[in-house]
Amino acid sequence: MDFSFELIIASLPQLLTGVGMTLQLVAVAVALGFFIAVPVAILRTSRNPLVQALPFSYVFFFRGTPLLVQIFLIYYGLGSFEVVRNSPLLWPILREAYWCALIAFTLNTAAYSAEIVRGAIMAVPFGEIEAAKAIGMTRVQAFRRIILPRAFRIALPAYGNEIIFMIKGSALASTITLLDLTGMARKIVARTYKPVEVFLAAGILYLIIVYGVTWVLKRVEKRLSITPPRLPVKAEDAGPV
Amino acid sequence: MLQGFGPQLLAGLAITVQVALVALGVGLILGLSGGIAKVYGNRAVRGVAEVYTTIFRGLPEFLVVLIAFFGGSLILAQFSEDAELNAFTAGSLALATTFGAYATEVFRGAFQSIPPGQIEAGKAVGLSGIKIMRRIVLPQVWRLALPGLGNLFLSLLKDTALVSVIGVDDLMRKADIARSVTKDSFTMYAAAAVLYLLLTAVTTLTLHLLERRANRGIRRTA
Repeated sequence: MDFSFELIIASLPQLLTGVGMTLQLVAVAVALGFFIAVPVAILRTSRNPLVQALPFSYVFFFRGTPLLVQIFLIYYGLGSFEVVRNSPLLWPILREAYWCALIAFTLNTAAYSAEIVRGAIMAVPFGEIEAAKAIGMTRVQAFRRIILPRAFRIALPAYGNEIIFMIKGSALASTITLLDLTGMARKIVARTYKPVEVFLAAGILYLIIVYGVTWVLKRVEKRLSITPPRLPVKAEDAGPV
Repeated sequence: MLQGFGPQLLAGLAITVQVALVALGVGLILGLSGGIAKVYGNRAVRGVAEVYTTIFRGLPEFLVVLIAFFGGSLILAQFSEDAELNAFTAGSLALATTFGAYATEVFRGAFQSIPPGQIEAGKAVGLSGIKIMRRIVLPQVWRLALPGLGNLFLSLLKDTALVSVIGVDDLMRKADIARSVTKDSFTMYAAAAVLYLLLTAVTTLTLHLLERRANRGIRRTA
């Protein structure tokens, strides 16, 4: 087997445009997904079974089926309905692989994120919620000022993992002809039939993206973490009682 | 409604389960070895395990599947002209490799939460290293690692859909075939989705029972 470094160098510009597509898909999906995840998570913490039912089914479906099925259901599945095909509003969006991938990624990551945010909301110490009530905050105020800010900080490590999973999951965009990093690599392989070199190069680029993002997330976590206030006087300094 | 493709989809489901179980088996061996290497290994062994988890936790599962299939075919072609790589094998092993990398971290955590005093006690009564492992450490590791491994297996179940792309006749590919024949994409993928949901729901339930069994006799708060 003749390993060709030249091919790796030659395909780098194309692979880098693939990186751009991957990052774009993930960034948009994660950002939109977040705005879906928060209300879904809040509804999931409701004690009313009627309120719970819809967000529960949504999360259950998107966490219980493969992302690939979700992509195909949206890209091929929805297009098989006459209503969708004849709709001047839906069809221009749903016939584009790009939008279909984006919708699938967004709904998928939102479902996983909703569970993370829900867990974090439930992990907010009772005392803080009680304190908010005690000083007369309404439920909405308590959510906005106390519960959600606190929950985000608790959720951050798990949420960071979800972003990493989304980066890796985005490789599936290539199954519906999108030229993300994996799609670009597959295209080059189909032309050159040099899978080892091209996939190796793509793999290294993924590792750079993933560990780059991990590094950034660690920094953000560190910035946002609260260091407990240092008490001016320690108990033992108070001297003998 | 399924236009006669029901049995085909069920046959695909059976292949999906097989891929998942093979990948689970091989992945558990990889993960256990990796975990032992990271906690008890010397520098070199630890280094190897570190490189393994760093690479395979950072690569998309789909890319690993593609590398295993296309790279594997090419390597196999070096040895024999007419050897053909089995997509099932390549796909299962690719998924196993990723599973093993994550499982390594789960096992590492489990090994590290065994109190060192227990191992010292084992040494004190004169057990050999292997016996300490088999009689003291491993029986507890199972209980500690189970929740993490369960979550990994659920991801694995869903990732098996990726092997359809390299031509394994799993549930996803059967749905693809049914779609191209009937042109009724929505029904076919929806049927596949329902079967996957069923699979993950049954697995979640089984894991719950396994966890309850593994935790029998453990003191709990509340």
